[in-house]
Amino acid sequence: MKSKAADFLIYDEATGRYRESPEQAVRDDVEKHYWLHVGRSILKDWRLYLMLIPMLLVFLFWRYFPMYELLGCFKVSDEVLPVSEQLFSGFSYFKRLLIGGDDLSAEFWRAMRNTFILSFYGLCFGFPMPIILALFFNEIKSNIARSVYQVLTYLPKFMSTVVMTSLVVMLVKQGSLTSGMGIVSQFLAKVGWISEEVARSGLLNNPRFFRPIYIISGIWESAGYDSIVFFAAIIAISPTSYEAAQIDGAGKWAQMRYVVLPSILSTIVIMLITRIGSLLNIGYEKVLLLYNTNTYVTADVVSTFAQRYGLAGAAKGIASAAEMMNNVVGMLLVIGANTIARKASDVSLY
Amino acid sequence: MKRKLEVSELIFKIISYTLLTIFALACLYPFVYAISAAISGRTAVEYGQIVLFPKNIQFDAFKRMFNDNMFWNAYSNTLFVTFYGTVWALFYSILGAYALSKKRLLFRKFFNFFLVFTMWFAAGIVPQYLNYLDTKQIFNAIGIMDDKWLVVIAMGMAAMNIILLRNAFEGVPSEIEEAAIVDGASEFQVLTKVYLPMCKSTIATVALFFGISRWNGYFWARQMISNSNEHPLQVFIRLRLEEFTDAEAMAGWNQPYASDSVIYALIVCSIVPILIIYPFIQKYFAKGTNVGGVKE
Repeated sequence: MKSKAADFLIYDEATGRYRESPEQAVRDDVEKHYWLHVGRSILKDWRLYLMLIPMLLVFLFWRYFPMYELLGCFKVSDEVLPVSEQLFSGFSYFKRLLIGGDDLSAEFWRAMRNTFILSFYGLCFGFPMPIILALFFNEIKSNIARSVYQVLTYLPKFMSTVVMTSLVVMLVKQGSLTSGMGIVSQFLAKVGWISEEVARSGLLNNPRFFRPIYIISGIWESAGYDSIVFFAAIIAISPTSYEAAQIDGAGKWAQMRYVVLPSILSTIVIMLITRIGSLLNIGYEKVLLLYNTNTYVTADVVSTFAQRYGLAGAAKGIASAAEMMNNVVGMLLVIGANTIARKASDVSLY
Repeated sequence: MKRKLEVSELIFKIISYTLLTIFALACLYPFVYAISAAISGRTAVEYGQIVLFPKNIQFDAFKRMFNDNMFWNAYSNTLFVTFYGTVWALFYSILGAYALSKKRLLFRKFFNFFLVFTMWFAAGIVPQYLNYLDTKQIFNAIGIMDDKWLVVIAMGMAAMNIILLRNAFEGVPSEIEEAAIVDGASEFQVLTKVYLPMCKSTIATVALFFGISRWNGYFWARQMISNSNEHPLQVFIRLRLEEFTDAEAMAGWNQPYASDSVIYALIVCSIVPILIIYPFIQKYFAKGTNVGGVKE
């Protein structure tokens, strides 16, 4: 923007000279005494700032102070000394984890790979399900029938992770066909999808079955609830669009293809980007509750790796270094996803 | 005028009804099975004869649990944490969101970033653990010996919920606030008399989110609460399950119920209160996801 002299000077007829305009005097004053004005404004609205304080303190104490503890990643682990007094060890923990070449490094890479695979499968199989459900809900014209279906499918979302995993553990429990075996294992063995020995030793003790169990229980838990967003987008479509398509001779599939899908595409894109953004923030609680020593091969993710070494074990530095790498990559994904969402549509996620 | 259904439409209808029914039943089945297994007789459960309906009905597994003081203890701890945790979280979230929604707040961008950054980056389990250990020491030093209070005060903050509230407050027309101020309302009165009633449904939704996360909280409660008398329900259930899988014959051989039934009874008891209030809160729960698409 080009600034003109008249913006900050006025011509004084009496003296025939320019002098500073009073508005500019105020602006100069504000600039000169910036902090004074800040103080005055805070004094005037002190109630607002008072209201802000509890929230800021809570987040400072229990979200930002832990970040200070992250210094431990770069320092020699010590149980006794506080992190501020420990000796620096540079990037040795990161080096050890990334290119250590020993068992620990192999375990870290396994955890990293499992994190990616679990969330990638979760995305591939878990993401389309709510959309399909929403399309089906739309087919049911009776309101009562639809609410019944919806209420039933939201139901698992209300269970806590502990209760959900307890149910899963019980349903695929080990035991013989005649005693103690979980009902789902029994069913699968009878249908012939899994052999009886596998069912007898317990599906959760078998590394091959951890991922399917994790993904399927995830779909079971949240597909119904996640379909709400898509269903809301579908019912927002004006009925005239369908009518127009019908008059043009469109059958059901053509209506799906040319009316419904384009209308909910933006919702799908946004939800997809959000999902990709939180790809690495895998629910460690659920993994922790479902895995055991037999299934570390496929089940161990970075957070559980950190939990095992840092909380149960004493390798605090190594554990927080591992998780920090995961979280930094995760943060870059979130920021990238948000930027793309902002470009793709006018909706910003945060 | 009724249009005749086309063949493709009919096929799609049939497919969607069938698959939906299957999925809905799959959602319901584990609950029904858990109830049946909890009240079935011992041999029926142990020999895997229960498919849907209970056999040789007994209520001893439930009785055994109801006679367990630890169970009631865990229940009351969960109610304690849920109630006070939700009230505390709502307190600072509403005040903070109200301040953030005001355009005249200085450094507003910075405060927003301060919140949003916690959604992008978390320090991780280990640093958080060390932080909570320090907090616990400080709490003990100032005389708060109950670890329950640590769970209530130091855990369960969610930046997303504050942003939902902030957006709702920003949606209130400023003319209403000005009118209230002209009528002599103070800042605090504007909040309680104007903003809170106008954003009732968002506040209910956020309260529900906080409440559910408190009710379900497990990991940190287990890490930080050392006294088993203070364990909330989720920790109690998990410990029972672990105990049970470690030593399977824990129920003893002369009981009328199988050891599985006790676990199922526990699961049923933790779900039932939620099922009872479910119809009342369901509409807020459904609303929550729709306000999720947020503007800056």
